[in-house]
Amino acid sequence: METVKVQDIAANDLPWQIEYHAERCTMCGSCVASCTFKAIKVEVQRKSMTISQANQPEPVHVQQAIPVIKQVADINNACRGCGMCERVCPNNAIRAVRNLDNRRNLLFNRPIKRGGRTNLNAQRTLDKIIVGRISQMTDPSLDSIRHTFDIRSPLGRVLSAKELPFRMENGKLVATKSTPPVRWIYPLIFSDMSIGALSTRAWEAVAMAAAYLNEHCGLPVRMSSGEGGMPVPLMESDYLKYFIIQIASGHFGWNRIIKAMPRMKVDPAGVLIKIGQGAKPGDGGLLQAEKVAPHIQALRGVPKATLASPPNHQGLYSIEESVQKMHLSLNAAFGFRVPVAIKCAASSTSVSVYNNLLRDPYKICGGFFIDGIQGGTGAANEISLDHTGHPVVSKIRDCYLAAVDQGAQGQIPLYGGGGIGLTGNAAADAFKMICLGANGVFCGKILIQLLGCVGNENGRCNACNTGKCPTGICTQNPRLVKRLDVDKGAQRIVDYVLAFDAELRKLMAPIGNSSLPVGRSDALVSTDKAIADKLGIQYVC
Amino acid sequence: MCRIGAVKSKKFVYPSTALRLMLPQQEGHDNSGFAMVMQDLGGVFALYKDKPLLSMACTKQGARLVEDYMSAKNFVKMAEWLPVPNKKKDLDIQTMPYYIFRNYDYPEHYDDAESRENLLLDTRLALRKILTESNQGYVYSFWPDVLTLKEIGDPRDIATYFRLWDDNGTLLAKNIIVQCRQNTNYKIVRYAAHPFFLQGYTLCANGENTFYTKNKEFQKNLHRGYIGFESDSQNFLYTLHYVLHELKWSIPYYKHVITPLPFAEIAERPDREILLSIRQSLAHLEINGPNTIIAGLPDGRMMTCCDSKKLRPVVVGGDETTIAISSEVCGINEILPDRNFERDIYPNEREVVVIDNDLEVTRWKQ
Repeated sequence: METVKVQDIAANDLPWQIEYHAERCTMCGSCVASCTFKAIKVEVQRKSMTISQANQPEPVHVQQAIPVIKQVADINNACRGCGMCERVCPNNAIRAVRNLDNRRNLLFNRPIKRGGRTNLNAQRTLDKIIVGRISQMTDPSLDSIRHTFDIRSPLGRVLSAKELPFRMENGKLVATKSTPPVRWIYPLIFSDMSIGALSTRAWEAVAMAAAYLNEHCGLPVRMSSGEGGMPVPLMESDYLKYFIIQIASGHFGWNRIIKAMPRMKVDPAGVLIKIGQGAKPGDGGLLQAEKVAPHIQALRGVPKATLASPPNHQGLYSIEESVQKMHLSLNAAFGFRVPVAIKCAASSTSVSVYNNLLRDPYKICGGFFIDGIQGGTGAANEISLDHTGHPVVSKIRDCYLAAVDQGAQGQIPLYGGGGIGLTGNAAADAFKMICLGANGVFCGKILIQLLGCVGNENGRCNACNTGKCPTGICTQNPRLVKRLDVDKGAQRIVDYVLAFDAELRKLMAPIGNSSLPVGRSDALVSTDKAIADKLGIQYVC
Repeated sequence: MCRIGAVKSKKFVYPSTALRLMLPQQEGHDNSGFAMVMQDLGGVFALYKDKPLLSMACTKQGARLVEDYMSAKNFVKMAEWLPVPNKKKDLDIQTMPYYIFRNYDYPEHYDDAESRENLLLDTRLALRKILTESNQGYVYSFWPDVLTLKEIGDPRDIATYFRLWDDNGTLLAKNIIVQCRQNTNYKIVRYAAHPFFLQGYTLCANGENTFYTKNKEFQKNLHRGYIGFESDSQNFLYTLHYVLHELKWSIPYYKHVITPLPFAEIAERPDREILLSIRQSLAHLEINGPNTIIAGLPDGRMMTCCDSKKLRPVVVGGDETTIAISSEVCGINEILPDRNFERDIYPNEREVVVIDNDLEVTRWKQ
């Protein structure tokens, strides 16, 4: 009996297997050239075959050495299922097939790092919620095309009416002091994906889409820079007003940001302090050395090394401190003209955080962003990606109701993210979140999916951490980055947001609302009793 | 859809005038009830205009509970009018055993306007609690020179029962706000019938407040008097009270709160910073959905305005002595047939119309 070395890795141990048809293959080499993971290679095989070369059949049995494409049976070069080989093959000779019987979890015996979204916890609360309060006879539905809609959300600290520094003078209100800055923006924010996590070109495509939506479509969409700084020419341009500058625990890029401040012509849309992220709560940002290319080193002021941001902002040990130190100093840095918001991973403690922010006497927090477990990441230990976090839907609701209890709803705008658009329809998700109490939503992964990302929730590709992104979106390799068409990518995002806007109207119209129904939970029903009870909406069947 | 109306006159008018304003519009209001708030009273209450008048409907036990409470709180009974009903057979009315309209004098030490306002509100809220918990009746208003009558049934029969058709000189007022329907969307509850009253502010609304949940969740923390919420139209009154009485802003800002201008229009205005601040701070008081409101203010002025898409009708028309506000013009034609109808006002979606006590009409666009 043949001896088998069972401890060796074989292709059938890996999550994806290559299905290859030698008879269709013309040996063009495109698949091997396109595979960024070096998961396939050219090999020569000795084959036994019957051939006939004459005009009449003259079969001859020969043994020939011919080149073939073969899967590399190695963990470091495991196929990710990205499908680039299938895409480039002219003859449909090769494709990746999911291997249900893989032994990945047993063989990859180290903290696996990868990007993308969690594979577990895929239950979708939002899909069990329906917009069920339709205007029928009691009041008229609106016309989503002909009526005008006011789709704007606040970003900034809103004062209660009694705190407004107003005085009546000859029947008119006059302001006696200034109030905290509040921007009215589109309720969809392009979430924080840094230059570094994204390729410069992918980041540029998202930024171009944001600018185009503002300048040509009349939609004040804002984009968060992510923790990686911003290009100096952008910071010194008029377009800065469309960007929310992020500061996270690594403070990456802030050296350049601070130096650019005196030359900023306009104020940024806001500053977002990232405390945590839904995909890997309790972890700091993580940029693998593979992606820290020379231009990233320059932007962030670091050597080539894995950049693991600390889990906390150093020097902050309590929420009061955070408010006093970070919020106040960032507010002061921009002359109290720019709203400063905070982003946390959804957690059992989110309501306590929100309550504290609402009660802060400085009235300085301009937004609370809650990021749920279904959010994506450029890199995380898989164990945290799959097994830590908190769903965002009930958390937004809990925070909103906590504000209702205080009579402070709307004073610190709530933004929810993490899985918005997971099934492709971000407008429906956003609308339901808004009815539950969010002022708006933020989404990231759907943007890179629009650019061409092929990753999914079932472990396809999700190699954002490796620097080998086959679509040129999450890599700094100049050759791979060329695969991304920036203009086309930006156009895809613009088209999607325009469709999002039309769909949002299509949901507002039947409930008879021309402005955003923030907290209008009566518009929603659920076919799931437990969800209905938890969210305080009607159960229907 | 409701139909709502109001009559404001230099001379005292009878409730029958208000009924005649409403009845031609009956196709729209299904005759399921009758409710009116009279202000600036003549007739039997003319001598006690400065004394708070309690309007309630209750059982015998309820009357006793109220009397006990009022004497415990040192209110002094001044005058009382108990209607002698016409108990004709086959009237469509769901009666309560007693209808009590009673003037009290203030207890000692309540000399300034603010403490009196608070006392009257707290007393009404306490009485409402007592009567609700014991299920013995309803208290509608407790305020000087204001009378509220509400009942379930056919408005014509309700008027017959209370002898309102007789024009006998007992009930007269210069301002009447009226509505002829119960809130038929939900359970029929007497408290759900508008006009609603709070500290001198009276309001009725024709429409559907699609931001009811938002309004309610916000209002319940704003003021102890913002309770009940049996009808989505109460939100309009509470917002009116909040803007004018609590924030002490002027009337134009009420319109800016309930139907804020679109952001694009705000950006064009010289007062954009104020308007934007209002819109963001009071976002939860916005009204979205079809509606018209008619409101009476403590000083006797009346106002009307509509939703931001003008999805509900309203018309203002009158002569030198009387002006009426009505959902439909046929009502005004009934009571003021000789007026110059060319001067009727059909307010648009951005307009506010205010009628002062000299019947001078002011209108402006928000």
